[in-house]
Amino acid sequence: MNKVYLIGGGATKIGEHWEKSLRDLFVEAALKAVDSAEISLKDIEAVYVGNMSSGELQGQEHLGSLMATWLGIPGVAAAKVEAACASGGVAFHQAYLAVASGLYDCVLVGGVEKMTDAIIYDVTAALIMADDYEYVAFTGASFVGLNAIVYRYYMEKFGVKQEDIALFAVHDHKYAVKNPYAQYQFAVSLEKVLESPNVADPIKLFECAPVGDGSAALVICSEDFAKKLGKDFLVQVAASTVATDTISLTNRRDLATLEATVKAANRAYRIAKISVEDIDVIEVHDAFTILGVLHLEDLGFAEKGQGWKLLKEGELEKNAKIPTNMSGGLKARGHPVGSTGVYQIFDIYLQLIGEAPNQVDSAEIGLAQSVGGVGGTVAINILRRVK
Amino acid sequence: MKPLKKVGIAGYGAYIPMYRIKDEEIARVWGRDVRRTPIQEKSVPGIDEDSLTFSVEAAQNAILRAKVSPQEIEAVYVGSESPPYAVKPTATVVAEALGITPRLIAIDMEFACRAGTTAMQSVMGLVASEMIKYGLAIGTDTAQGRPQDELEYTAASGAAAFILGPHNSENVALIEGSYSYVTDTPDFWRREGEFYPMHSFRFTGEPAYFHHIYHAAIGLMESLGLKNSDFDYVVFHQPNVKFPLKIAKLLGFSADKIKDGLLTGIIGNTYAAASMIGLAAVLDKAKPGERILMVSFGSGAGSDAFSIIVQDAIEEKRNLAPLVEDYIKRKKYVDYATYVRLRRKLRR
Amino acid sequence: MSIPASSVPRSWRERIVKYRLIGSKCSECGKTSYPPRNICPYCGSRRQEKFDLPRRGKVLSYTVIRTPPRDFLEYSPFIVALIELEDGTRVLSQLTDVEPDEVSTGMAVEAVFRRYKEQGKEGIIEYGIKFRPLIK
Repeated sequence: MNKVYLIGGGATKIGEHWEKSLRDLFVEAALKAVDSAEISLKDIEAVYVGNMSSGELQGQEHLGSLMATWLGIPGVAAAKVEAACASGGVAFHQAYLAVASGLYDCVLVGGVEKMTDAIIYDVTAALIMADDYEYVAFTGASFVGLNAIVYRYYMEKFGVKQEDIALFAVHDHKYAVKNPYAQYQFAVSLEKVLESPNVADPIKLFECAPVGDGSAALVICSEDFAKKLGKDFLVQVAASTVATDTISLTNRRDLATLEATVKAANRAYRIAKISVEDIDVIEVHDAFTILGVLHLEDLGFAEKGQGWKLLKEGELEKNAKIPTNMSGGLKARGHPVGSTGVYQIFDIYLQLIGEAPNQVDSAEIGLAQSVGGVGGTVAINILRRVK
Repeated sequence: MKPLKKVGIAGYGAYIPMYRIKDEEIARVWGRDVRRTPIQEKSVPGIDEDSLTFSVEAAQNAILRAKVSPQEIEAVYVGSESPPYAVKPTATVVAEALGITPRLIAIDMEFACRAGTTAMQSVMGLVASEMIKYGLAIGTDTAQGRPQDELEYTAASGAAAFILGPHNSENVALIEGSYSYVTDTPDFWRREGEFYPMHSFRFTGEPAYFHHIYHAAIGLMESLGLKNSDFDYVVFHQPNVKFPLKIAKLLGFSADKIKDGLLTGIIGNTYAAASMIGLAAVLDKAKPGERILMVSFGSGAGSDAFSIIVQDAIEEKRNLAPLVEDYIKRKKYVDYATYVRLRRKLRR
Repeated sequence: MSIPASSVPRSWRERIVKYRLIGSKCSECGKTSYPPRNICPYCGSRRQEKFDLPRRGKVLSYTVIRTPPRDFLEYSPFIVALIELEDGTRVLSQLTDVEPDEVSTGMAVEAVFRRYKEQGKEGIIEYGIKFRPLIK
C-alpha cells in the first residue's frame, strides 16, 4: 500500500444550524479543508461523504453526487459512505484506500449530519436503524436504551458506581470550553450530570451526546502530491482499519466488550508498528459515558472492568498518561452522527500540527476511534507526524 | 339441540388482565354515591393488550389442558364485540400465533355477550358432523364503557377458550346438548362509527336478559328431560351481580350453585367471555360426574344454554394451565386517570 | 419520513417468527439463534433448522425507555430487557405487566403475546412476544 498523508482539514461549529442545509454545511467544511491544505478544488479526484440518516431525515440520498455538484466539481468519483455512527471513520477509511491503492492522488473526505431537522422521536427512530430493525427496533428500544443495557451489565458485573462512569461527561465538558467547534462550551459538575433526568435508565440526559448539526472535512493525498507542497513536516495516516462485530447485543460473547474495537485496534497497532504506550493523544467515541470507559479497555489502555479508574485517577487529562477527548469528545464537542468520525480525525490532526485548542505537548502519534451501532462497526485511524 | 355425534370439551382456558379499577374510584370522579355502585372492581387491559392478545393466551391455556397439538385443531371461531380491527378477523392472527394455520375454518362472530357461546355451538356442529376433529371457540372482549354511564362501572376485559372434540374419556367434560332462544330485542347496540354502545336502561332487564335466559334454560331442560335438581352448578351471563342472582332464583336454583361461576363482582362484566369464564371457574373446581348449566345472554338478543357433565379427566387436566383464580388474584389497582389512558379514551 | 405505513409485506414476512418465538438451531454444532439464521453464527454451517424456543428465561440486563422512537410514544415509558431463555438463546424484548422498580437482573420471566405497535392510525397492528414475571 502506498503512503497516505493528511494535508488539511476544516469543520463547522456543531450546533442547531436551522438555516444551513446538509450541502451548506458540507461545502463550508470542505472549503475550509481545501484552503487549509492550500490546494484548489480542481485537485480533488474523489469525494467521500460520511452520513447516516440523510434519507430518513432529509429525504436525500446520493450524497456523493450531490456534494460533488455543490462543490462545483461534478465528474469526480464520489459516494456516500454509511456505517451508522461510524460513517465518518469508515468514509475516511474508504478515502484512505482510494489513495493507498494508487488510483487517486488527492481525495476529499467529509462527514455531515443534520439531526435537528426532525423532532426527537423521529431522530430516535432514525438512530435505532443502527441495529436490527425487525428484531431490535421492533421492541421499541432506543439507541440510548441499548447502551443502557450494557451500562447496567457493566456496573453489576464489575461493581462500578454510576458516578465514577458519569465523570466522563464532566471530563468532556471541561475540555470543550476552549474548542471553537464544540456544541457546548461550558463546564458541568458531576452533580449536574447525575441530577439530570433518565433518558433510558440508568443513562442520564447529561451522559448522552447531544443532537446537533455539523460537518468536518479532510484532504488526503499521495506521497508525490504531498512532497510538492514543500512542508517542514507532514501528517501520515499510519494505519486505517475497520472491523465489525455482530450487529445486535444478543449474539455478543461478552456484553461488556466491543470486539470490533479490539480487532480494529490491534490490527492498526500492528500496521503502524506501535504499541499503546506510543500513543500520545486519543479521541474515543463516547456517545454515552459508559462507552468512554469501555473503549479505553477495548483499545488496550486498561484491563476489562478497570477503564473507569483511568478516568477517576486523572490519567486522561491533557498532561497525563493518555490525553483523551481534548476536543470535548462526543458529549461536549457534539455528535452529528455521520460526521463525528471525521471531526475526531480532524482533532487529532490539529494536535499533531500543534494547533489544537487543548494542545498536548509534542504530540506525535494520535488515534481516533469511530463506532457505529453498539460496536457493530469500529474504524480506527492512527495519524503520525513525520518529516 | 343434541348433536348426532357426542361432543366434549377437550380443554379450556381463561385470561384476565392484571389491572383493576374500583367502582368507588369511578364513582369518585363522577360524583356518584359509592354505596350505589353495582360491583366492587373490574378488570382493565394493559396498554399492550386487546381482545386478540387475550384470545391467544386463553387458547394457549386450553391447548395445554387439551394436550392436543395445534395442527390437530381445524377451526378457530372468535366471538367478540371489541375486535382490534373492524375488518380483518382476530381468528387468523390467533390461528397463526398458535401454529394452527393454514388448514382450518376461521371466522369472527358478533352477537354482543353471546358471541363466544354461539362460537361454541358452531364448533359443536363441525365436530359432531365430523367435518373436523378439534375446534377452538373463544369469547373475548375489551368492553368499552361510556364515561359516566351506568355500564362504565362494569364494562371489563377478559377471554375464555374452549377446545371441543369428539366425546371420549380424555375430555374434561361432555356437552349433553344446547338450546338457543333468539328474538329481535334492542336492549343494547352500537351503530357503525360510534365509539360507545347505547343501551335502553330498564328495558335491558325483563324483556331482554331475564326473558331470554329464562326461556333458553327452560327450553334446554325440557328438551333434555332434566330438572333443577339435576344441576350442581349454574353459570349465567353476568352483567352485574344482581341479575344472575335474580334469574337463578326465578329458575329455582339455590344461591350456592351459582356462587363459583359468578365473578363479575370482582372482575367486572367481560362481555363475550363472561359466562365462559364463569364456566371455566366452575371447571377449575367441579368434580367428575357433576352437571353444569351455562346460559349466556347477548344483547340484540339471544341466549345459548348448555348442559355440561364433568368427566374424570378434569382432575388431571385442570392444573396443566393457570386457573381462573390465578388470574383473579394477580392484580394491581389503577386510578381513573390511568384507566382512561389504558382504555384509550383520550383524544391525542 | 418514517417507515411507510404501507410496509405490510415487511412485517408480514416476519410474523411467524415474532408470533411464536421461533429460533434456529444449527444442525452441525447445535447452537441456537434468535431470530433464525441462514448461516450459523458460531460454526458457519448453512444447515439451520427452525424450532420453537423455550417460553421461559431470565433477565440479563434491562433499561427503561423514556424517549422512544415515534411509533412507541403512546406505550412509553416501557422496559426493554436482554433475556436469556432456558436453552441459552438470548433475545431482546419488552417486559410487560411489571413496573421498573419490580425488575431485577436474574428475574424469571415467561413469554406472552402482546401488541407492539401500529403502522399509524390507519395501518396494521404489529404483534409479537413480550415477557412478564411468572404467574405461577
